[in-house]
Amino acid sequence: MNALEISGLEKVYKGGFKALKGIDFSVKEGDFFALLGPNGAGKSTTIGVISSLVNKTAGSVKVFGYDLDTQLMELKRQIGLVPQEFNFNQFETVRQIVVNQAGYYGVPRELAHQRAEKYLTQLGLWEKRDEPARSLSGGMKRRLMIARALLHEPRLLILDEPTAGVDIELRRSMWDYLTRLNKEGITIILTTHYLEEAEMLCRNIGIIDAGQIIENTSMKRLLATLSQETFILDVEASDKQPSLEGFATRWTDEHTVEVDVDKNAGLNGVFEQLSAHGIKVLSMRNKANRLEELFVNLVEKGRQQGTGGAA
Amino acid sequence: MNQSTSLIALKTIWIKECTRFLRIWVQTLVPPAITMTLYFVIFGSIVGERIGQMSGVTYMEFIVPGLIMMSVITNSYSNVASSFFSAKFQRNIEEMLVSPVSTPVIIAGYIGGGMARAMIVAVIVTAVSFFFVDNVHLEHPLYVVLTVILTSTLFSLGGLANAVFAKTFDDISIVPTFVLTPLTYLGGVFYSVSLLPDFWQGVSMANPILYMVNGFRYGFLGQADVPIGVAMAVLIGFNIAFFVLVYRLLSKGVGIRS
Ligand SMILES: Nc1ncnc2c1ncn2[C@@H]1O[C@H](COP(=O)(O)OP(=O)(O)O)[C@@H](O)[C@H]1O
Ligand SMILES: [Mg+2]
Repeated sequence: MNALEISGLEKVYKGGFKALKGIDFSVKEGDFFALLGPNGAGKSTTIGVISSLVNKTAGSVKVFGYDLDTQLMELKRQIGLVPQEFNFNQFETVRQIVVNQAGYYGVPRELAHQRAEKYLTQLGLWEKRDEPARSLSGGMKRRLMIARALLHEPRLLILDEPTAGVDIELRRSMWDYLTRLNKEGITIILTTHYLEEAEMLCRNIGIIDAGQIIENTSMKRLLATLSQETFILDVEASDKQPSLEGFATRWTDEHTVEVDVDKNAGLNGVFEQLSAHGIKVLSMRNKANRLEELFVNLVEKGRQQGTGGAA
Repeated sequence: MNQSTSLIALKTIWIKECTRFLRIWVQTLVPPAITMTLYFVIFGSIVGERIGQMSGVTYMEFIVPGLIMMSVITNSYSNVASSFFSAKFQRNIEEMLVSPVSTPVIIAGYIGGGMARAMIVAVIVTAVSFFFVDNVHLEHPLYVVLTVILTSTLFSLGGLANAVFAKTFDDISIVPTFVLTPLTYLGGVFYSVSLLPDFWQGVSMANPILYMVNGFRYGFLGQADVPIGVAMAVLIGFNIAFFVLVYRLLSKGVGIRS
């Protein structure tokens, strides 16, 4: 069963900006899924639609089979949301915030108090239970929102950039906690613009850029793709069009060939084999690749913001 | 959502709303007590002595129901308007929007909060009035209770509608200042509209607050400028209209969903 199925999802904001241009992806039950993309890609918009804070323009959303259009209430019960921005009442206490949230889901008050103790303790906030939320540090506020999202024990936990602005040590403990929740059976989707974070936590990944999903694959396969480079070689016309051993080879026409090369393997093998076939290489260039470019960008940004070294 | 979970959600919103105004009691419960004491002292004791009787009772007795009603109106309205607007502003309204609480339950929860504050303030103002009035009439307690309930639900709904459209904190004080206060003053709190020339009597009849003040006065004194049945019908009609309006606004997500 799929925890989430999105198809043809479009969002046009008031004023005409098209933030989602028809996206499709699905997340399997039990998965730990990353929605990765640069700022402004449409991650929060996607999360907003799933959690019914943003009205969609077109397309369909299903959570554990419940349709957003026809089974909204059942769908909402499945989801726990940790939004990107703090969105609790700063004047309420930590305990009031989580207990009230449980109440909105119909959890009886006594049970809500028991669960509040459980989750606030797990997240290191029990000591702060009677403090007003505004007195918490940024990291604590973030954890408060995680506790709040868990009180009704959802099957799908969605976190929108949960570690933005959280220091490294805390980020690690948050990662551990999420991993533990996932092992206990909760499907987790998180958005991030740090490749490292996705790599560390997630099994599957969707990459979103400018309102479109440009890749939806397993983390393993993505990393394999990223470790390769594609070169385009212009050669003197030849009737032979050999496949090169150890390299994925594609002849586009009689004097152009594309070769995938592992970044560690080097190019010598390519030239040696072509020479052996008597094929003369005239020129060579790197094949531009949107995914590759995006990643260079994301990784660069991650480094600048000091995450690269940490992970 | 089935009945028992809806009930838990309703109770949650209600408790949350009550906690809010009790937490800031200095801003919510003290001001009406002070303002109304001033009204009693100035209009009731000082000026009232010279006015003598109005509609067959002392002027003080005459204005007590109107002043209680005035507190009920402003407090239910501003409780819901500021609470809902600040939930929009701090975005904690999203806590409700992501959860399976139905729109009528959200509305009922906020009404419950506005009503609770209005009732507490009404009790405070009534208690204050005991210091100024010797013999308290209570002719038709049922109508007193009915009028307070219907008035506080109506103005809670009004405050909610106001908060839905409001974009800044200023927007939630415009209606109370420019609409509610004038209508209340012209709604027969301080005088019987029967004293007005025919034309202005007719104009006054278009003011919904007149019906509330008079419904309430009827409950206390057993007499009013409009028949009690008409007063009740007007109140119920406005309640239904505002509920439908607010329900539509919230279901569509006006001002709360992008
Ligand atoms: N309420 C809104 N009205 C208009 N445009 C918006 C609104 N919210 C977001 N956008 C635009 O939609 C795009 C996607 O935003 P968002 O989903 O927040 O991106 P991300 O979360 O990936 O950083 C951005 O260009 C953003 O400016
Ligand atoms: Mg975002």
